[in-house]
Amino acid sequence: MIRGVVRYLDQRAGAAPLLRKALRYVFPDHWSFYLGEIALYAFLILVATGVYLTFFFEPSTAQTVYHGSYEPLRGQRMSEAYRSVVDLSLDRKAGLLIRQTHHWAADVFVVAIVLHLLRIFFTGAFRKPRQLTYYIGVTMLVLALLEGFLGYSLVDDLLSGMGLAIAYSVALSLPFFGANLALLLWGAPFPGDSSFFPRMYIVHVLILPLLIGGLLALHLTLIVARKHTQFRAGPGREERTVVGLPAFPGYAPRTIGLAFAVAAVLFLLGGLVQVNPIWEWGPFHVAEATNGAQPDWYLGWLIGGLRLVPNWDWTIGDYTLVPNPFWGGVAFPLVVFALLYAWPSLERRVTGDDRVHNLLDRPRDHPWRTAIGAALLTWVALVFLFGAADRLYASFGISYPAQLWVFRVAVWVLPVLVLVVARRVCLGLQERERIEHDRERAEREGELEPAR
Amino acid sequence: MSRIRMAIAGLLFLLGFRRAQRARRRIVPEGREDRRTETLVILLLGAAALCAAGFVAVYALDRIPRQTQFLGLSTGLSFACFAAASILVGKRLVAEEEIKGPYPTEHEPEQEEVVRIVEESKDTFTRRRLLGLAAGGAGAALSAAILAPVVSLGPFLDTDRLYVTPWRRGRRLVDDRGRPFRAADVETGTFYTAYPEGADPEQVGAPLVVVRLDPRALRLPDGREGWAPHGILAYSKVCTHAGCAVALYRTPLYEPTSPRPALVCPCHYSTFDPAAGGAVLFGPAGRPLPQLPLLVDGAGHLRAAGGFSGPVGPSWWGVRKK
Repeated sequence: MIRGVVRYLDQRAGAAPLLRKALRYVFPDHWSFYLGEIALYAFLILVATGVYLTFFFEPSTAQTVYHGSYEPLRGQRMSEAYRSVVDLSLDRKAGLLIRQTHHWAADVFVVAIVLHLLRIFFTGAFRKPRQLTYYIGVTMLVLALLEGFLGYSLVDDLLSGMGLAIAYSVALSLPFFGANLALLLWGAPFPGDSSFFPRMYIVHVLILPLLIGGLLALHLTLIVARKHTQFRAGPGREERTVVGLPAFPGYAPRTIGLAFAVAAVLFLLGGLVQVNPIWEWGPFHVAEATNGAQPDWYLGWLIGGLRLVPNWDWTIGDYTLVPNPFWGGVAFPLVVFALLYAWPSLERRVTGDDRVHNLLDRPRDHPWRTAIGAALLTWVALVFLFGAADRLYASFGISYPAQLWVFRVAVWVLPVLVLVVARRVCLGLQERERIEHDRERAEREGELEPAR
Repeated sequence: MSRIRMAIAGLLFLLGFRRAQRARRRIVPEGREDRRTETLVILLLGAAALCAAGFVAVYALDRIPRQTQFLGLSTGLSFACFAAASILVGKRLVAEEEIKGPYPTEHEPEQEEVVRIVEESKDTFTRRRLLGLAAGGAGAALSAAILAPVVSLGPFLDTDRLYVTPWRRGRRLVDDRGRPFRAADVETGTFYTAYPEGADPEQVGAPLVVVRLDPRALRLPDGREGWAPHGILAYSKVCTHAGCAVALYRTPLYEPTSPRPALVCPCHYSTFDPAAGGAVLFGPAGRPLPQLPLLVDGAGHLRAAGGFSGPVGPSWWGVRKK
């Protein structure tokens, strides 16, 4: 039967040479190489569950009155968008399961991308000839963040509506054309006109998924074209030869198993762990806001930035030049992503290393890169942590203004500390290895008695 | 005789067999058989099927409670069994092998040929720079033309409408059910949300936060005398930092830490002083909360006595502070 299928494909599509190569494609094997795949499978589940959701969601802010099964909301006015999500969650079988799975998949998607990015960064996998793959990856991260934000904002609940107001203020804060851009995107001053939600919807279900999907295809093609990087440890691994498992039969069951495992975890989370119970927040109204509000975790660094920045509204006389949200909402993420995009060229220029690298570094093999990366991560993590300062106050009673001042200092001091310590640790680990290596060589050559 | 024939037949058979063997050297190396793992895999697949059936059963039977949890459990466990089966196949049933291959390198001959193809094609063109400029210019013009309809997405040239609010002199304050506010009903120690009568409540310029303070405690800026009849103050409810509703009212419980009542925004904790014309006490807001002057009409109802003291909502480039 297999022979029949293969012959069919080869006669009609010339597929046999490709299949022959593909089946025995070499996959270097390391646990950290699976992080990107987790992101990929989370994306596939997002698309699958997302398609289901589109069959029930109404992307309209037209007002309606709730008549569903949830008593506290009955008789209340709300948008069709919000009503459709409440109805799907509470009055449609499996609706809540698919919706929560979709939400969890988005959270896991971004976690996996970030962990994957850290692996790429700290092992130097972004170096020649893989810079293009890296740039595409960072772009996909940006798009994933935007996609997630748009996704949960479509629901028009109180929490996400507050987030949209903040996004509007960040758009307004852009120099020169902020007001123009905000009015262009929203169609009118906040909360925008009736075309805003359909616009958000089409970007979320069509434009961004196509972009992400296309970039993903390009990303995978580039990886296959240049072959995956590998760690040095092990016989036969060198810059010219890749060693690993064949795609078939070795690697395929593992990656298929991973796909099923990701699906399993996401559906278990979606069914058993509540996330975003929007019927508890109520619909969004311009005049309403709630305390303890937080965006989804991957935007926590931005809320931290917006809260941390002192009340600078750059003005000239009576005119405001740069409104405050610009610093935390635009400048901060711009700096972080600019550094991410620029890193391969920066490193190449500083180290003068323009060679092809197919072997990965361990973090200790490149102390400066590891130290600077750790420092940048610390910086972002501290800002992220401050985004939850109100929760820390509510749970532990630590004064908010006190936290504010501690973090304003820590956010600059701690990364420098981490930089110094991380570099020291890397150099120390390298030194220890050198000593071990010399000792072994001395023992082998008989110069040293083996330790008893 | 038949024995010799049998021996020759046997020899020929062996020779043919060996030749066939050589012609068919294995690509995938031989692995070990493992019937126990095979059984385990079959059992796992059976469990996966059972869980999937469980999903359908839960879906079909309304009287099973906690539908979401059981549906999630059955799907998740089914996938988990598939995952376990797959991983077992990969780790124990499939032949262990490690293969090598070359990392790809550059293709210098083809690079050279591509460059030559392009260069040699240029030969027939005499005015290359001019043609290039013409193509580039035409392309830019067409792209600009195609992008032009984007400006219809919104009134992006008309930024003045960001200053427009529904409040003007004489407009009555109403609550979310449309009932007017009587000045006598506004108490201290709490805050009220008010909307303009007859206007759309869902716009940034509409909602107000109304509080009442002791008139002797007021320190309003110059020019705002009479804006707060009986100590009743009205401010825009939309924070001038990032547009959330200023929905928290800090009335003091402990004098040392919170010496005066303040309006607090829950998003980034911008804090405004209602007694001092909405001045920023704490937090990242750059402009004070705009104040609306109030008057009490003949029937004792609260009405606006004019427009706001400044632009409502978050700031933008070039926004005038007054």
